Amino acid sequence: MNNAVLSLIIILPFLGALTIGLLGFISKAFRAQEKLIGLMATLAVAIPFGILVSVFAGYHAGGGASGSVNFVLFDWMTTANLHLHFGYMLDELSLLMGLIVTGIGALIHIYSISYMHGDSGFYKYFLYLNLFIFSMLNLILGDNLIVTFLGWEGVGACSYFLIGFWFTDMEKAKAAQKAFVANRVGDFAFLVAIFLIFFNVGSLNYADILASSSVFASNGDLAFWVALLVFIAATGKSAQIPLYVWLPDAMAGPTPVSALIHAATMVTSGIFLISRLSGAVFIHAPEVLMVVGVVGALTALMAALIAITQNDIKKVLAYSTVSQLGFMFMALGAGAFSTAIFHVMTHAFFKACLFLGSGSVIHAMDHTHAVDDPQDIRTMGGLGRFMRSTALTFWISTIAIAGIPPLAGFFSKDEILAKNFAAGYMGGETVYFFVWGVGVLTALLTAFYMTRVTTLTFNGQPRFPLEGHHPHESPALMTIPLWILAILAVVGGFLGLPEIIQHGHLNWISHHWLANESGYPVHNVHHEHLSVAIEAILIALSVIIAASGMLLSYRLYSSRNIAGDERVKRVFGKLYPVMSGKFFVDEFYNVFLIRPFVAFSRFIIMPIDKYVVDGIVNGTAGTVNILGSAFKLFQTGIIKHYALLMIMGVMGFLAYLLF
Amino acid sequence: MVNEILFWLLAAFALLGGIGLITSRSPIYCVLYAIVSFFCLAGLFLTLGAEFLAVIQIIVYAGAIMVLFLFVIMLLNLSEEDMEARDMTTGRAFAYILGLVFLAELLYAFGSFPELGIAYTGPFTGKVEPLGEQLLTQYLFPFEMISVVLLAALMGAMAIAKKHKA
Amino acid sequence: MNPQEHLYYYLAVSAALFMLGMVGVLIRRNAIIVFLCIELMLNAVNLSLVAFSSYLNDPTGTMLVFFVMCVAAAEAVVGLAIIIAMFRNRESVNISDINIFKW
Repeated sequence: MNNAVLSLIIILPFLGALTIGLLGFISKAFRAQEKLIGLMATLAVAIPFGILVSVFAGYHAGGGASGSVNFVLFDWMTTANLHLHFGYMLDELSLLMGLIVTGIGALIHIYSISYMHGDSGFYKYFLYLNLFIFSMLNLILGDNLIVTFLGWEGVGACSYFLIGFWFTDMEKAKAAQKAFVANRVGDFAFLVAIFLIFFNVGSLNYADILASSSVFASNGDLAFWVALLVFIAATGKSAQIPLYVWLPDAMAGPTPVSALIHAATMVTSGIFLISRLSGAVFIHAPEVLMVVGVVGALTALMAALIAITQNDIKKVLAYSTVSQLGFMFMALGAGAFSTAIFHVMTHAFFKACLFLGSGSVIHAMDHTHAVDDPQDIRTMGGLGRFMRSTALTFWISTIAIAGIPPLAGFFSKDEILAKNFAAGYMGGETVYFFVWGVGVLTALLTAFYMTRVTTLTFNGQPRFPLEGHHPHESPALMTIPLWILAILAVVGGFLGLPEIIQHGHLNWISHHWLANESGYPVHNVHHEHLSVAIEAILIALSVIIAASGMLLSYRLYSSRNIAGDERVKRVFGKLYPVMSGKFFVDEFYNVFLIRPFVAFSRFIIMPIDKYVVDGIVNGTAGTVNILGSAFKLFQTGIIKHYALLMIMGVMGFLAYLLF
Repeated sequence: MVNEILFWLLAAFALLGGIGLITSRSPIYCVLYAIVSFFCLAGLFLTLGAEFLAVIQIIVYAGAIMVLFLFVIMLLNLSEEDMEARDMTTGRAFAYILGLVFLAELLYAFGSFPELGIAYTGPFTGKVEPLGEQLLTQYLFPFEMISVVLLAALMGAMAIAKKHKA
Repeated sequence: MNPQEHLYYYLAVSAALFMLGMVGVLIRRNAIIVFLCIELMLNAVNLSLVAFSSYLNDPTGTMLVFFVMCVAAAEAVVGLAIIIAMFRNRESVNISDINIFKW
């Protein structure tokens, strides 16, 4: 495939954003053409998806750097020791991520046409969405850290625009700001990591970095710091402790945005980045990997505990996302980078489906005009009889995320737990047993809270007034993407069959695509295989945990409805208020970080800002004023005087040159 | 030798024309003095071998531009009151002194030219053919641009000078 | 005369003409004459350019003079138009009367 066609992958989303933005800006008539805008934006994502599929079809995995499909848009800057270009690399990892981003992106574009119908900012929404896809493709397809970083910043900016899409609501504008600031902390760490890598490797291309992995292998401190900084960057984008606080608030944006950006794609870019640098940096920094695993486990547990107590359907899904991201970090921590990417993929399917389903629900609830808050599950119930497709797909995804075989979530989650167990059992690091244990507990909680939210939403009797408008199923433009995603959530897991079947040789993702040998972009940390018996026990445990969590929750909430929470409260006792208070992390940040910062700023304002900064500014103006009144005397308004002054100036200058 | 005599003669008349230009009271005389000066300059160009420029100098300056000046002066029909007095005020004395100092500076500057040691590579023939060729090859873009400038000047002059309805 | 002396005399004439034009600009009050003096200064510069061009056998100077003449022609046209417009408004071409170059 030639360069021009490949370039379309990057150029089309940008072009889509540009044309929609410009036409929408200048023409009111264009803004009203919702179908046209939607079609343009969708094509700008669907065509790159098609191109990626055709590249994927002809791709031979395992070719190493020479096997990847590369293309360069243009050279950016060339200096003696830095050569930067807008180059892109389609290898096993970036192809997989690219397919997820453009494929789910296209579905969500289609969904949004119906969801955003009638919104005054319709064209702006699609402009941002295309811009987001463009940035995300830069992030994952870029063949050097700078292009990735630009994409990284770009998705952050688009996320900011979209969270604050309805910016007239102060809360939503604040949520956008919070997301932006939290991301900046991570971005700073990323930047420092880039500097460190460039300083020590002398190049920013992934191929060069991978080729000089010996630099990191021989210098443990360097590997440690680079890995830690990249991990901090990932905690910002991928919502881990301590920077996860922005993601639940990010639900202020339109629901399809939550599905695309804050569940399926952008938040997984931290996992992508760590996997991308796995072979060069992370396998040489085992201490950091342990930190990654522990942080992931704690995040997963904490978010799951919070999710149990939430009553806003999107908030539950948001904390569920944080929790699942924690699972991905647990996989990274065990050195099973390909497993993390596998979970990124399956999670993208069922979580996008769940978010889109919640959008459909919110749409329907909003339509009844009977409840104050269309997102509150306490006023839902029994929606399954009104919206069959939404209910069915939502249930399928719930079963998938809970980890019931043979749906997608089971395979990836089981593999994560197995890898951690193997790292503890075969690798001999006890900390991985801890991660594994937390993971099992979180899996139970996941099954529980997801079943809770689904049961409360779709089953039982309606808890909203039935007179007036009935909620009704969403149009086909919204249900078709739901069904596609639900089907993917069912079958997606077969791409990563567990090791118990033919020792993992049928595990397509980890064994045939990303693999873990040289020549592949992802380098897993090797552990001995677990024995078949242990494997079988682990799988049985996973299934039992998931099934019991679901059953428990279903029985509790289908019989008692929302009152089932009382039982949960009794079980958790004094911990429950802490959980429903979200562990008071926001309050903690408020008291210990934000208030001191504001106070410090206030303190700075008086002496420094007022006298030094203002003094300089006012002093400049004052000086100009004084000089001006002096020079005003020369301005007689008579041409001759000007000519005279000019000549004298020339003479003076000549004299200066000569003598 | 002939060349030298020619030079001194032309230089003298050019300077005399210049002096006449800045001292004579009637604008018409001023223009006539200027024409003398410009004619002599054309002659000086000839002694330097710049034949093409000499011709252009006569056609454009001594011809076209000076006629334009005369035309404007006659069009405005300036009366006797517009004649300037020739008395020596302090301002004028200052201007003359300034001019002399400036001349001294320039001459001093030119005098230091041999010290730069730039070798003589003449003689030079500014014939039409090589110049024309250069004009349409190396200097094609400025040449086209100057035509735009002339067009702009033409239209600008019409816009400025035409009578506006009150 | 050797070529260097030759050049020097041409430059001297050029400087003298330039000086005359300059003094003229300063002492004359009639805008048209001031304008003529500017033309004289331009011509003086042209002379020095041609002299250098001849001395160095380099046609660049000649080309420059050609363009200077074109610009001078354009300038004369616009300048005279301004003088006509000025005369129409103020019944005068005395530049001492024009003191509106101040706000």
